[in-house]
Amino acid sequence: MSDISYREIGANGFWHNNPGIVQLLGLCPLLAISGTVINALGLGLATTLTLVASNVTVSLIRHWVRPEIRIPVFVLIIASVVTAIELAMNAFFHELFLILGIFIPLIVTNCAIIGRAEAFASKQPIPKALADGLAMGLGFTCVLVALGALREAVGHGTLLADAHLMFGDAVRGFSITLIEQYRGFLLALLPPGAFIALGLLIALKNVIDDGLQKRAAARITRPAEAVG
Amino acid sequence: MRFRTHSSPHMIPAHDVGQLMRRVLYALVPGTLAMTWYFGLGVLVNVLLAVGFAVGFEALMLLARRRPVIPVLGDYSAVVTGWLFALALPPLTPWWVTLVGVGFAIVVAKHLYGGLGYNPFNPAMVGYVVVLLSFPRELILWVPPMGFDDLGFSIGEVTAAIFLGQLPRELTWDMITTATPLDHMKTELAQNRTISEIREHPLFGSFSGHGWEWIANWFLLGGLFLLFMRVISWQIPVAVLGSLAVMAGAFWVIDPDAYASPAFHVFSGASILCAFFIATDPVSASTTPRGRLIYGAGIGILLYVIRTWGNYPDAVAFAVLLMNMAAPTIDHYTQPRAFGQNPPPPRRDNGP
Repeated sequence: MSDISYREIGANGFWHNNPGIVQLLGLCPLLAISGTVINALGLGLATTLTLVASNVTVSLIRHWVRPEIRIPVFVLIIASVVTAIELAMNAFFHELFLILGIFIPLIVTNCAIIGRAEAFASKQPIPKALADGLAMGLGFTCVLVALGALREAVGHGTLLADAHLMFGDAVRGFSITLIEQYRGFLLALLPPGAFIALGLLIALKNVIDDGLQKRAAARITRPAEAVG
Repeated sequence: MRFRTHSSPHMIPAHDVGQLMRRVLYALVPGTLAMTWYFGLGVLVNVLLAVGFAVGFEALMLLARRRPVIPVLGDYSAVVTGWLFALALPPLTPWWVTLVGVGFAIVVAKHLYGGLGYNPFNPAMVGYVVVLLSFPRELILWVPPMGFDDLGFSIGEVTAAIFLGQLPRELTWDMITTATPLDHMKTELAQNRTISEIREHPLFGSFSGHGWEWIANWFLLGGLFLLFMRVISWQIPVAVLGSLAVMAGAFWVIDPDAYASPAFHVFSGASILCAFFIATDPVSASTTPRGRLIYGAGIGILLYVIRTWGNYPDAVAFAVLLMNMAAPTIDHYTQPRAFGQNPPPPRRDNGP
């Protein structure tokens, strides 16, 4: 565990141990906020920022915190980070902040964050903790955005609607209408649609993993045949 | 000379899934014809369309899952699912609503859970709830039953409405659609009218809605045929209709002006269809005798509660899906004791 490489950290965050589709942590914001791509991206980046800041801080103080009180200390750190991010978003992305609403302060309760603090950052040097926070956060963001794209495309027939909430007025024209005069498919926007879409994403990952495993197995047997 | 002896059973009935499902289909015929008589050819087009889509999706999913296609299609379960789904639709529903609903029913609710025998929820009802939640505007387009301003659409006009959304003779949807009796009852009650005032509206017949009560009677006939052929057991229909009547009766006795009579509830909407055809789905229903009584009673009570105090005028799909969810637990606690297994513990005296 102590000599984990950056490559492994990245692979874990994005694929093998992805908080969204493998660990299934933080499902509440994942399912509630992934209605559109922009909402998903906003929440994903806020979560990433929280993960990086809390991982670095926890790693920084890991030699001074007694194990008996480590959980309350982690919670305090995460809560302060989230409060700072909440205030910053309120100031700079006010409209987006109003849409995301309660889910920004609720990042505190995202188990992926305290999970990484406890399982990784409290045992690792600062650069690796930072890399882990970044990989896990961006992995989570990827799942959120994929889910948001799926639900927005099926539910509204658009992609990147309301992009100006996040990137300013310059990108107002970025939103793509996939189907003109789409009647909307309400189920995709309701909570059951989120669960179904997440299930499909997990199934897709399992199919890809199975395919990779089979190819790896074939690669092992083929040289043996050549020798035989 | 010696004869080979076999142990029991000595008479083996030739039951298989295909035969069971075919009997359900025969039993659905009279009610479906009655519905066509009252609501026009759109009902038949919906049934054909939904059955076609259902068989198509079933074949695609079987191919994708590398299962034998022809033998499995021969069990007719997809046909039953499509047919039941179509009976829940208004007669001029656009074709894509049927496509989405049947697609969800067969692909998600049936095959993603493992196919026939593994689906925890009734596929037809899952499909109906999906389209009801997603396309509320299309699913209230009920035309009035025969006996009002008779539209008398020809088959060409019906198919144009279903496939192209075009109405003939410069009619508009607002001109030809009307509330169902359950819907009408709900909106009028909300405006503090009394039941006897509401019942004077020509939409209502002698027990429930004009036309609807006769459709219910023909479905009842089909249901009794299923009971007689032992395709379904008596517990579920009796429990569904009994608990619905008891609930409705209790409130009706308290205040007959504010709560509709038990006869109205039993013969309205899809109560009869639910009791005999939908709630009795052998896969998703409870399987123990006592469990079936509890399961059916749950559906009847939920039906009344959602109809009376909920947002939707009818509640068959929601009631059935909620009780589907409870069925495994009910089965767990109502398992009958097999003869000789786990005898009841002998009484022990604690005294000296």
